[in-house]
Amino acid sequence: MARRLALVSAALLGLTALAALADGPVQIDIKAQAFTPAEIHVPAGVKVELHIVNDDALPAEFESTDLSREIVVPAHGQVKVFIGPLDAGRYRFFNDFHQESEGWVVVDAAAGK
Amino acid sequence: MLATAIIVFREVIEAALIVAIVLGASRGIAGRGRWVSAGIGLGLAGAAVVAAFADVITGAFQGNGQAYLNAGVLLAAVCMLAWHNIWMSSHGRELAAEVKSVGHDVKSGSKPLTALMVITFVAVMREGSEVVLFLWALGTSGSAGSMVLGGLLGAAAGVAVGTLMYRGLLSIPLRHFFSVTGWMVLLIAAGLAAQAASFLNQAGLLPALGSNLWDTSHLLDQSGTAGKMLHTLIGYTARPSGIQLLFYVTTLAVILTLMRWVGKRHAAARAT
Repeated sequence: MARRLALVSAALLGLTALAALADGPVQIDIKAQAFTPAEIHVPAGVKVELHIVNDDALPAEFESTDLSREIVVPAHGQVKVFIGPLDAGRYRFFNDFHQESEGWVVVDAAAGK
Repeated sequence: MLATAIIVFREVIEAALIVAIVLGASRGIAGRGRWVSAGIGLGLAGAAVVAAFADVITGAFQGNGQAYLNAGVLLAAVCMLAWHNIWMSSHGRELAAEVKSVGHDVKSGSKPLTALMVITFVAVMREGSEVVLFLWALGTSGSAGSMVLGGLLGAAAGVAVGTLMYRGLLSIPLRHFFSVTGWMVLLIAAGLAAQAASFLNQAGLLPALGSNLWDTSHLLDQSGTAGKMLHTLIGYTARPSGIQLLFYVTTLAVILTLMRWVGKRHAAARAT
Protein backbone atom coordinates (compact mmCIF):
# COMPACT_ATOMS: atom_id res chain seq x y z
CA MET A 1 0.00 0.00 0.00
CA ALA A 2 2.63 2.48 1.12
CA ARG A 3 4.90 1.43 -1.74
CA ARG A 4 2.20 1.78 -4.32
CA LEU A 5 1.32 5.22 -2.94
CA ALA A 6 4.96 6.23 -3.16
CA LEU A 7 5.16 5.05 -6.77
CA VAL A 8 1.99 6.86 -7.77
CA SER A 9 3.07 10.06 -6.07
CA ALA A 10 6.53 9.88 -7.64
CA ALA A 11 4.91 9.51 -11.06
CA LEU A 12 2.56 12.40 -10.40
CA LEU A 13 5.37 14.59 -9.14
CA GLY A 14 7.31 13.84 -12.30
CA LEU A 15 4.37 14.75 -14.47
CA THR A 16 3.49 18.01 -12.81
CA ALA A 17 7.04 19.18 -12.35
CA LEU A 18 6.70 19.82 -16.06
CA ALA A 19 3.74 22.18 -15.47
CA ALA A 20 4.41 25.25 -17.55
CA LEU A 21 4.65 28.64 -15.86
CA ALA A 22 2.63 31.42 -17.50
CA ASP A 23 4.75 34.31 -18.81
CA GLY A 24 5.23 36.98 -16.25
CA PRO A 25 3.43 37.54 -12.98
CA VAL A 26 -0.10 38.92 -12.85
CA GLN A 27 -0.49 41.90 -10.54
CA ILE A 28 -3.48 42.66 -8.35
CA ASP A 29 -3.54 45.91 -6.39
CA ILE A 30 -5.37 46.57 -3.17
CA LYS A 31 -6.53 50.18 -3.20
CA ALA A 32 -8.94 51.63 -0.66
CA GLN A 33 -9.62 48.05 0.44
CA ALA A 34 -10.73 46.94 -3.04
CA PHE A 35 -8.98 44.59 -5.45
CA THR A 36 -8.02 46.12 -8.79
CA PRO A 37 -8.58 44.48 -11.14
CA ALA A 38 -11.33 42.56 -9.38
CA GLU A 39 -11.25 39.96 -12.10
CA ILE A 40 -8.16 38.49 -13.68
CA HIS A 41 -8.07 36.05 -16.55
CA VAL A 42 -5.47 33.30 -16.62
CA PRO A 43 -5.04 30.40 -19.03
CA ALA A 44 -5.97 26.85 -18.03
CA GLY A 45 -3.30 24.27 -17.29
CA VAL A 46 -0.43 26.59 -16.38
CA LYS A 47 1.05 27.74 -13.12
CA VAL A 48 0.59 31.49 -12.61
CA GLU A 49 2.47 33.80 -10.27
CA LEU A 50 0.32 36.48 -8.67
CA HIS A 51 1.77 39.65 -7.18
CA ILE A 52 -0.55 41.22 -4.65
CA VAL A 53 0.42 44.84 -3.98
CA ASN A 54 -1.15 46.61 -1.04
CA ASP A 55 -1.30 50.39 -1.56
CA ASP A 56 -3.27 50.91 1.65
CA ALA A 57 -1.95 51.78 5.08
CA LEU A 58 -3.91 48.79 6.42
CA PRO A 59 -2.79 45.17 6.31
CA ALA A 60 -4.96 42.82 4.24
CA GLU A 61 -5.22 39.08 3.97
CA PHE A 62 -5.51 37.71 0.47
CA GLU A 63 -7.51 34.54 0.92
CA SER A 64 -9.25 32.09 -1.36
CA THR A 65 -10.97 28.97 -0.15
CA ASP A 66 -11.56 28.00 -3.79
CA LEU A 67 -7.80 28.01 -4.38
CA SER A 68 -6.71 27.18 -0.81
CA ARG A 69 -4.55 30.31 -0.69
CA GLU A 70 -3.99 32.47 2.39
CA ILE A 71 -1.42 35.20 2.83
CA VAL A 72 -1.17 38.40 4.82
CA VAL A 73 -0.32 41.44 2.69
CA PRO A 74 1.31 43.98 5.03
CA ALA A 75 0.40 47.66 4.76
CA HIS A 76 2.26 49.16 1.76
CA GLY A 77 3.73 45.72 1.17
CA GLN A 78 3.56 43.12 -1.54
CA VAL A 79 3.49 39.35 -1.66
CA LYS A 80 3.69 36.67 -4.30
CA VAL A 81 1.47 33.63 -4.58
CA PHE A 82 1.57 30.79 -7.06
CA ILE A 83 -1.73 29.37 -8.31
CA GLY A 84 -2.56 26.55 -10.66
CA PRO A 85 -2.33 24.75 -12.98
CA LEU A 86 -6.11 25.20 -12.87
CA ASP A 87 -9.08 23.79 -14.74
CA ALA A 88 -11.39 26.22 -16.52
CA GLY A 89 -13.77 27.91 -14.10
CA ARG A 90 -14.21 30.80 -11.69
CA TYR A 91 -12.34 30.96 -8.40
CA ARG A 92 -13.25 33.56 -5.77
CA PHE A 93 -10.75 35.35 -3.57
CA PHE A 94 -11.38 37.88 -0.81
CA ASN A 95 -9.76 40.04 1.85
CA ASP A 96 -10.17 38.12 5.09
CA PHE A 97 -9.72 41.37 7.04
CA HIS A 98 -12.40 43.17 5.00
CA GLN A 99 -14.68 40.52 3.66
CA GLU A 100 -16.72 42.75 1.37
CA SER A 101 -13.68 43.04 -0.91
CA GLU A 102 -13.65 40.15 -3.29
CA GLY A 103 -12.41 39.28 -6.73
CA TRP A 104 -12.28 36.43 -9.19
CA VAL A 105 -9.65 34.41 -10.95
CA VAL A 106 -11.27 33.38 -14.20
CA VAL A 107 -9.62 30.47 -15.92
CA ASP A 108 -10.48 30.39 -19.58
CA ALA A 109 -10.64 27.07 -21.35
CA ALA A 110 -7.52 26.42 -23.40
CA ALA A 111 -7.83 27.42 -27.05
CA GLY A 112 -8.91 24.61 -29.35
CA LYS A 113 -10.81 22.75 -26.64
CA MET B 1 -18.71 46.36 15.70
CA LEU B 2 -20.71 43.21 14.97
CA ALA B 3 -18.73 42.63 11.78
CA THR B 4 -15.51 42.89 13.78
CA ALA B 5 -16.84 40.48 16.39
CA ILE B 6 -17.77 37.97 13.71
CA ILE B 7 -14.34 38.05 12.07
CA VAL B 8 -12.58 37.67 15.41
CA PHE B 9 -15.01 34.94 16.43
CA ARG B 10 -14.26 32.96 13.29
CA GLU B 11 -10.53 33.11 13.89
CA VAL B 12 -10.72 32.38 17.62
CA ILE B 13 -13.08 29.46 17.14
CA GLU B 14 -10.52 27.63 15.01
CA ALA B 15 -7.96 27.70 17.81
CA ALA B 16 -10.62 27.11 20.49
CA LEU B 17 -11.88 23.94 18.81
CA ILE B 18 -8.39 22.50 18.58
CA VAL B 19 -7.60 23.35 22.21
CA ALA B 20 -10.93 21.84 23.32
CA ILE B 21 -10.20 18.59 21.53
CA VAL B 22 -6.62 18.47 22.80
CA LEU B 23 -7.94 18.99 26.35
CA GLY B 24 -10.49 16.25 25.82
CA ALA B 25 -8.01 13.84 24.28
CA SER B 26 -5.56 14.35 27.17
CA ARG B 27 -8.17 13.83 29.87
CA GLY B 28 -6.67 12.16 32.92
CA ILE B 29 -3.07 12.97 32.09
CA ALA B 30 -1.68 14.74 35.15
CA GLY B 31 -0.28 18.20 34.50
CA ARG B 32 -2.05 18.70 31.15
CA GLY B 33 -3.77 21.90 32.34
CA ARG B 34 -0.43 23.54 33.06
CA TRP B 35 1.06 22.49 29.72
CA VAL B 36 -1.95 23.53 27.68
CA SER B 37 -2.04 26.89 29.52
CA ALA B 38 1.64 27.34 28.74
CA GLY B 39 0.81 26.60 25.10
CA ILE B 40 -1.90 29.27 25.10
CA GLY B 41 0.43 31.81 26.74
CA LEU B 42 3.28 31.10 24.34
CA GLY B 43 0.80 31.14 21.45
CA LEU B 44 -0.44 34.62 22.37
CA ALA B 45 3.13 35.88 22.69
CA GLY B 46 4.01 34.21 19.39
CA ALA B 47 0.96 35.79 17.74
CA ALA B 48 2.12 39.26 18.80
CA VAL B 49 5.64 38.60 17.50
CA VAL B 50 4.41 37.21 14.16
CA ALA B 51 2.05 40.18 13.73
CA ALA B 52 4.74 42.71 14.66
CA PHE B 53 7.23 41.19 12.23
CA ALA B 54 4.74 40.48 9.44
CA ASP B 55 6.80 42.58 7.02
CA VAL B 56 10.05 40.80 7.82
CA ILE B 57 8.46 37.34 7.65
CA THR B 58 6.77 38.17 4.35
CA GLY B 59 10.05 39.22 2.79
CA ALA B 60 12.01 36.19 3.99
CA PHE B 61 12.87 33.29 1.66
CA GLN B 62 12.35 35.27 -1.56
CA GLY B 63 8.88 36.30 -0.44
CA ASN B 64 7.87 32.82 0.68
CA GLY B 65 8.44 33.42 4.41
CA GLN B 66 4.79 33.28 5.44
CA ALA B 67 4.09 30.12 3.50
CA TYR B 68 7.16 28.36 4.90
CA LEU B 69 6.40 29.49 8.46
CA ASN B 70 2.80 28.29 8.19
CA ALA B 71 3.75 24.98 6.61
CA GLY B 72 6.49 24.47 9.21
CA VAL B 73 4.36 25.07 12.29
CA LEU B 74 1.47 23.06 10.79
CA LEU B 75 3.70 20.07 10.11
CA ALA B 76 5.13 20.34 13.65
CA ALA B 77 1.56 20.24 14.98
CA VAL B 78 0.80 17.22 12.79
CA CYS B 79 3.80 15.35 14.26
CA MET B 80 2.71 16.21 17.80
CA LEU B 81 -0.88 15.09 17.16
CA ALA B 82 0.49 11.87 15.70
CA TRP B 83 2.74 11.37 18.73
CA HIS B 84 -0.19 11.92 21.08
CA ASN B 85 -2.37 9.39 19.27
CA ILE B 86 0.36 6.79 19.00
CA TRP B 87 1.11 7.16 22.72
CA MET B 88 -2.60 6.85 23.48
CA SER B 89 -2.86 3.65 21.47
CA SER B 90 -0.74 1.96 24.14
CA HIS B 91 -1.88 3.90 27.22
CA GLY B 92 -5.48 4.78 26.43
CA ARG B 93 -6.90 1.80 28.27
CA GLU B 94 -5.02 2.46 31.51
CA LEU B 95 -5.88 6.13 31.23
CA ALA B 96 -9.59 5.37 30.88
CA ALA B 97 -9.34 3.16 33.96
CA GLU B 98 -7.62 5.83 36.01
CA VAL B 99 -9.59 8.77 34.75
CA LYS B 100 -12.11 8.61 37.61
CA SER B 101 -9.42 9.40 40.14
CA VAL B 102 -8.51 12.74 38.59
CA GLY B 103 -4.94 13.78 39.13
CA HIS B 104 -3.61 10.26 39.10
CA ASP B 105 -0.68 10.05 36.77
CA VAL B 106 -0.24 7.26 34.28
CA LYS B 107 2.86 5.39 35.31
CA SER B 108 4.62 4.23 32.18
CA GLY B 109 5.89 5.84 29.02
CA SER B 110 6.91 9.41 28.33
CA LYS B 111 3.73 11.39 28.45
CA PRO B 112 3.13 13.54 25.38
CA LEU B 113 2.79 16.73 27.44
CA THR B 114 5.19 18.66 25.22
CA ALA B 115 2.99 17.60 22.31
CA LEU B 116 -0.06 19.16 23.94
CA MET B 117 1.83 22.38 24.47
CA VAL B 118 3.15 22.57 20.91
CA ILE B 119 -0.27 21.85 19.36
CA THR B 120 -1.92 24.55 21.50
CA PHE B 121 0.91 26.97 20.78
CA VAL B 122 0.60 26.50 17.01
CA ALA B 123 -3.19 26.82 16.97
CA VAL B 124 -3.20 29.97 19.11
CA MET B 125 -0.25 31.57 17.33
CA ARG B 126 -1.65 31.08 13.81
CA GLU B 127 -5.14 32.36 14.46
CA GLY B 128 -3.97 34.90 17.03
CA SER B 129 -1.55 36.64 14.69
CA GLU B 130 -4.37 37.19 12.20
CA VAL B 131 -6.60 38.61 14.92
CA VAL B 132 -3.84 40.95 16.08
CA LEU B 133 -3.17 42.22 12.55
CA PHE B 134 -6.85 42.64 11.81
CA LEU B 135 -7.60 44.48 15.05
CA TRP B 136 -4.52 46.64 14.69
CA ALA B 137 -5.69 47.65 11.20
CA LEU B 138 -9.07 48.57 12.62
CA GLY B 139 -7.57 50.50 15.51
CA THR B 140 -5.26 52.56 13.31
CA SER B 141 -8.10 53.38 10.91
CA GLY B 142 -9.89 55.20 13.71
CA SER B 143 -12.37 52.62 14.99
CA ALA B 144 -10.69 51.89 18.29
CA GLY B 145 -14.01 51.35 20.07
CA SER B 146 -15.13 48.79 17.54
CA MET B 147 -11.70 47.19 17.77
CA VAL B 148 -11.81 46.68 21.54
CA LEU B 149 -15.49 45.76 21.89
CA GLY B 150 -15.72 43.64 18.76
CA GLY B 151 -12.46 41.92 19.59
CA LEU B 152 -13.49 41.06 23.12
CA LEU B 153 -16.97 39.96 22.06
CA GLY B 154 -15.67 37.79 19.24
CA ALA B 155 -12.97 36.24 21.39
CA ALA B 156 -15.43 35.52 24.20
CA ALA B 157 -17.87 33.89 21.77
CA GLY B 158 -15.09 31.77 20.27
CA VAL B 159 -13.91 30.60 23.67
CA ALA B 160 -17.54 29.87 24.62
CA VAL B 161 -17.95 27.57 21.62
CA GLY B 162 -14.68 25.83 22.52
CA THR B 163 -15.95 25.33 26.08
CA LEU B 164 -19.23 23.90 24.78
CA MET B 165 -17.26 21.55 22.56
CA TYR B 166 -15.20 20.41 25.56
CA ARG B 167 -18.33 19.92 27.72
CA GLY B 168 -19.92 17.99 24.89
CA LEU B 169 -16.89 15.74 24.63
CA LEU B 170 -16.98 15.03 28.37
CA SER B 171 -20.53 13.75 28.04
CA ILE B 172 -19.32 10.88 25.86
CA PRO B 173 -19.32 7.62 27.89
CA LEU B 174 -15.85 6.78 29.15
CA ARG B 175 -15.92 3.47 27.30
CA HIS B 176 -15.93 5.25 23.95
CA PHE B 177 -14.32 8.48 25.04
CA PHE B 178 -10.71 7.98 23.94
CA SER B 179 -11.60 6.31 20.67
CA VAL B 180 -13.80 9.30 19.78
CA THR B 181 -11.16 11.87 20.73
CA GLY B 182 -8.53 9.73 18.99
CA TRP B 183 -10.45 9.90 15.72
CA MET B 184 -10.96 13.63 16.12
CA VAL B 185 -7.25 14.17 16.68
CA LEU B 186 -6.49 11.98 13.67
CA LEU B 187 -8.81 13.96 11.38
CA ILE B 188 -7.44 17.29 12.63
CA ALA B 189 -3.91 16.05 11.93
CA ALA B 190 -4.82 15.00 8.38
CA GLY B 191 -6.55 18.35 7.77
CA LEU B 192 -3.56 20.32 9.04
CA ALA B 193 -1.22 18.27 6.85
CA ALA B 194 -3.38 19.13 3.84
CA GLN B 195 -3.19 22.82 4.82
CA ALA B 196 0.59 22.58 5.05
CA ALA B 197 0.61 21.06 1.57
CA SER B 198 -1.31 23.98 0.13
CA PHE B 199 1.09 26.46 1.76
CA LEU B 200 4.04 24.66 0.16
CA ASN B 201 2.18 24.65 -3.14
CA GLN B 202 1.40 28.36 -2.72
CA ALA B 203 5.14 29.00 -2.43
CA GLY B 204 5.73 27.01 -5.61
CA LEU B 205 7.64 24.28 -3.77
CA LEU B 206 5.17 21.44 -4.30
CA PRO B 207 3.12 20.72 -7.44
CA ALA B 208 -0.70 21.02 -7.26
CA LEU B 209 -1.29 17.55 -8.79
CA GLY B 210 -4.57 18.65 -10.30
CA SER B 211 -7.13 21.27 -9.29
CA ASN B 212 -10.78 21.00 -8.32
CA LEU B 213 -10.78 17.24 -7.70
CA TRP B 214 -14.37 17.88 -6.66
CA ASP B 215 -16.47 20.96 -6.02
CA THR B 216 -18.88 20.95 -3.10
CA SER B 217 -18.91 24.72 -2.59
CA HIS B 218 -22.60 24.89 -3.53
CA LEU B 219 -23.38 22.32 -0.79
CA LEU B 220 -21.21 23.80 1.95
CA ASP B 221 -19.35 27.06 1.45
CA GLN B 222 -15.90 26.67 2.95
CA SER B 223 -15.64 30.39 3.72
CA GLY B 224 -18.85 30.34 5.80
CA THR B 225 -18.74 29.71 9.55
CA ALA B 226 -19.88 26.08 9.33
CA GLY B 227 -17.50 25.37 6.45
CA LYS B 228 -14.64 26.99 8.31
CA MET B 229 -15.32 24.94 11.45
CA LEU B 230 -15.44 21.73 9.45
CA HIS B 231 -12.24 22.82 7.74
CA THR B 232 -10.58 22.95 11.16
CA LEU B 233 -12.15 19.77 12.50
CA ILE B 234 -11.86 17.37 9.58
CA GLY B 235 -10.00 19.38 6.95
CA TYR B 236 -13.10 20.01 4.85
CA THR B 237 -12.07 21.54 1.53
CA ALA B 238 -14.73 22.45 -1.03
CA ARG B 239 -12.42 22.44 -4.06
CA PRO B 240 -9.31 20.44 -3.20
CA SER B 241 -6.16 20.01 -5.22
CA GLY B 242 -4.38 16.70 -5.66
CA ILE B 243 -1.52 17.54 -3.30
CA GLN B 244 -3.98 18.34 -0.48
CA LEU B 245 -5.72 15.00 -0.90
CA LEU B 246 -2.39 13.18 -1.10
CA PHE B 247 -1.15 14.74 2.17
CA TYR B 248 -4.50 14.11 3.85
CA VAL B 249 -4.69 10.44 2.93
CA THR B 250 -0.99 9.76 3.57
CA THR B 251 -1.14 11.37 7.03
CA LEU B 252 -4.22 9.34 7.94
CA ALA B 253 -2.64 6.12 6.71
CA VAL B 254 0.73 6.67 8.41
CA ILE B 255 -0.70 7.63 11.82
CA LEU B 256 -3.28 4.82 11.77
CA THR B 257 -0.63 2.25 10.84
CA LEU B 258 1.69 3.41 13.63
CA MET B 259 -1.19 3.41 16.13
CA ARG B 260 -2.16 -0.14 15.23
CA TRP B 261 1.46 -1.31 15.32
CA VAL B 262 2.28 0.25 18.69
CA GLY B 263 -1.06 -0.85 20.13
CA LYS B 264 -0.48 -4.46 19.05
CA ARG B 265 3.07 -4.50 20.40
CA HIS B 266 1.87 -3.13 23.70
CA ALA B 267 -0.92 -5.73 23.94
CA ALA B 268 1.55 -8.52 23.14
CA ALA B 269 3.96 -7.25 25.80
CA ARG B 270 1.19 -7.22 28.40
CA ALA B 271 0.08 -10.73 27.49
CA THR B 272 3.50 -12.25 28.15
